Amino acid sequence: MAEKHFVPKADREYTKADFTSDQMVKWCPGCGDHAILAALLNTFPKTNHKKENICMVSGIGCSSCIPYYVDTYGFHSIHGRACAIATGVKLANPALSVWVSMGDGDSMAIGGNHLIHAVRRNQDLNITIFNNEIYGLTKGQYSPTTKFGQVTKTSPYGTIDYPFNPGELVMGAQGTFYARALDCLPPLTTDIMTRAAKHDGTSVVEVLQNCMIFNDKAHAAITDRAVRDDRTIILEDGKPMIFGKEKNKGLRFNGRCLEAVTIGENGITIDDIMIHHEDTEDTGIHMMLARMSGDLPVALGVIRNVKKTSYTQLYEDQMEEQMAIGKYKCMDDLLNSGDTWEVE
Amino acid sequence: MNPASLKSNLKWAKKGATVIVDIDTFTDEALEKAGYNENNHPFTDEMERAYTIIKAPVTSFTQRIGNEQGADKKTADRCRNMFALGIIFYATHKKLDQTFAYLERKFAKKPDVVALNKAVLTEGYEYADKLEVMHSHIFEIAQADKMEKGRYRNITGNVATAWGLLAASEKSGRRLFLGSYPITPATDVMVELAKHKSLGARVFQAEDEIAGICSAIGASYAGALACTSTSGPGLSLKSEALGLAVMVELPLVVVDVQRGGPSTGLPTKTEQSDLNQALYGRNGEAPVVVMAASSSANCFYWAFNAAKVALEHMTPVILLTDGYLGNGSQLFRIPKMADMPEIKPRLATPNDPNYRPFRRDPVTFAREWALPGMEGLRHRVGGLEKCPDGPLSTDPENHALMVANRQEKVNRVANYIPDQEVIGDPDAELLVVGWGGTSGALTLAVEEMNKEGKKVAYTHFNYICPLPKNTGDILRKYKKIVVCELNNGQFAGYLRTQFPECPMTQYNKIMGLPFEVGELKAEFERLLAK
Ligand SMILES: Cc1ncc(C[n+]2csc(CCOP(=O)(O)OP(=O)(O)O)c2C)c(N)n1
Ligand code: SF4
Ligand SMILES: [Mg+2]
Repeated sequence: MAEKHFVPKADREYTKADFTSDQMVKWCPGCGDHAILAALLNTFPKTNHKKENICMVSGIGCSSCIPYYVDTYGFHSIHGRACAIATGVKLANPALSVWVSMGDGDSMAIGGNHLIHAVRRNQDLNITIFNNEIYGLTKGQYSPTTKFGQVTKTSPYGTIDYPFNPGELVMGAQGTFYARALDCLPPLTTDIMTRAAKHDGTSVVEVLQNCMIFNDKAHAAITDRAVRDDRTIILEDGKPMIFGKEKNKGLRFNGRCLEAVTIGENGITIDDIMIHHEDTEDTGIHMMLARMSGDLPVALGVIRNVKKTSYTQLYEDQMEEQMAIGKYKCMDDLLNSGDTWEVE
Repeated sequence: MNPASLKSNLKWAKKGATVIVDIDTFTDEALEKAGYNENNHPFTDEMERAYTIIKAPVTSFTQRIGNEQGADKKTADRCRNMFALGIIFYATHKKLDQTFAYLERKFAKKPDVVALNKAVLTEGYEYADKLEVMHSHIFEIAQADKMEKGRYRNITGNVATAWGLLAASEKSGRRLFLGSYPITPATDVMVELAKHKSLGARVFQAEDEIAGICSAIGASYAGALACTSTSGPGLSLKSEALGLAVMVELPLVVVDVQRGGPSTGLPTKTEQSDLNQALYGRNGEAPVVVMAASSSANCFYWAFNAAKVALEHMTPVILLTDGYLGNGSQLFRIPKMADMPEIKPRLATPNDPNYRPFRRDPVTFAREWALPGMEGLRHRVGGLEKCPDGPLSTDPENHALMVANRQEKVNRVANYIPDQEVIGDPDAELLVVGWGGTSGALTLAVEEMNKEGKKVAYTHFNYICPLPKNTGDILRKYKKIVVCELNNGQFAGYLRTQFPECPMTQYNKIMGLPFEVGELKAEFERLLAK
């Protein structure tokens, strides 16, 4: 059956102001969450979804307070369960545009099971993970994404937990959309979120976020202005994977792994540089891209975006079909079905 | 019975009982497997004196008929129960025609199966007729009370539960959502609902029980009649989310088909030991409505009722059934949907300028249900304490008020439930109290004792929290009260906290088995004599 769009279209043009709530924002000044909120507020007008049909669902954590700051329907639920709640919201009413916001602990520690299953199902949900590599709300314990060896309140001698890479987790769960954004690049974040909203299926946007109180500069090695262009690459579909201040560095596959090369050195030309295809079904290259760090630039932008019929679509198709051909049209039909007899 | 079933079930037979065994199965090998030996043989003189044992050649006779009709051995063996049934029909003076008619309906497409079953049933009947001993062992079974006129069917408790929820969905106009995770003995509620997409049932098999209830809470937020079904260990997993449902004051039906606990416990056996968990198993002051079905067939009405209360009072409702009810099958008088009570969900009005998330109906204390997608009612819900207008609040007075209001809302459900009734001797000395799935045995025990002139009465609870308003008046009337339940006294404890002035004893059984009429009568007689 043809893809349907279940969410009604906006009846007018919205602006950021239409989505800005009257609630006081309580995040610490300088917290990366402010910029992510701004990016999200800029995203909603671009999705062209009817405002009343937008529903925010979050778990518990600093980041999960975001529903208060957005003037839509909102559900600030319990720790780790946002995906599961959102699944029910969307199943009960596919006409809703459902946005899930979670922290790294919320989504990958206590809620890890719900996250991978939501991704696997590919229901039409827009998931944002605010990854500050720390438990912010509970004041600084290590999370499933905290760097190995890092000293935190609960790892005074350094963590001995190997961290998750959210992108690998999403792709391991057969995710159809995964992108990575930076809190300090709101226009990129807005771009990515807008594309995520248009994706039919579960989209996961990981935003690298700074918690300046409990894990300041966690991402500084790649986000500092001085190094950002050399330490990150913004992937664009169909374009060569080029990065660097001088736009002269690129990525190529050497038969074993990805490597960063400089165009013009050692006979390397632009033709040696890999082209990014976000719709490659096989997760191999996308996994490698999501994993890049150290000598390789950290990948930003839409890393994976493949078409696969969404759970929402499949569910509604089945409902529609059974409503049309099912034997029982009302409860009286069912109650009187099968073996029944009359007592006089 | 074969040797194994005889070994494990003989203890349930009263002395003097008639026991039918399939003598063909009593081979040396089978006897040994069942744990019998030379010193411990099933048919000792002592045993032959205590019981009337009918050693019927069930297998060989059935196989002979199967042979005559050209059926293979396996098919024939499947009909052995018909031979035994034939003996029982003879012993109880019953005619065969009703069962013939049943077989014809059941196997309408398999005429040879019908013929074979009929022949075996007749053979069993005739075999019994030829037995001398049977003539002195005819049991007269009084005609059952005249059944109410109407259309009937058989139904199991779990299917009845599923249908009750479907019926409530149709009556309320709210789509049905079930988020669940398979668990014995509750799975069949989900299995049944999964079949009924044509009736609009939206079933979601979640990744675990937590996701089951959380998806239901999400669905409820979005406007569905949302349910989750489970058994004890699953209910434990749902505790935190149930607290959320209490806090956000959304309608939710949680079906707990109880089994033996704790932990994995006795998955296939019945128990009533989740009552405390249902009443108290959450952090904070988190009252929910608790009710219990009392027969397989009335699971339909209790599921309907649970949904009605949830939708009209904006509260989670836990419906307790149990493995015995859920798997058991019973005659069910088919209702007409037109005769079922109305269900009026408390939906908010779009663009109502006075809408506030926790504005309450002054009579029920229920809040209004504003659904995402409705114009002009944008709001937020969540697990954090809020003030009546909607925003978060940590104000001490506000918290006290909200706690009191949530409790009062549940208390006021009592204004909508019928008075508790008492059956049996009006001047009874002893009041028997039961709840949930035990009403069959308890009612029978009290009725039999009343016929014997014993001064016993019985009251059976389906509404557990809140209790019917006249509960105290009833309990205060009796000198002796015994609370009977398949746990260690959870309902008795609950009643004692509310009615400390009423002395109560308790009769408990925690063997994974339902009550037997005999054991109940013995206990009631002991109490009467005391
Ligand atoms: C059941 C439960 N366990 C623990 C907590 C405490 N808790 C609240 S938020 C949180 C972690 C927050 O970290 P993260 O999800 O990364 O969000 P952040 O605050 O960093 O945005 C924890 C452990 C809780 N609220 N509920
Ligand atoms: S503690 Fe960290 S994550 Fe939380 S609001 Fe403050 S800066 Fe942001
Ligand atoms: Mg965090």
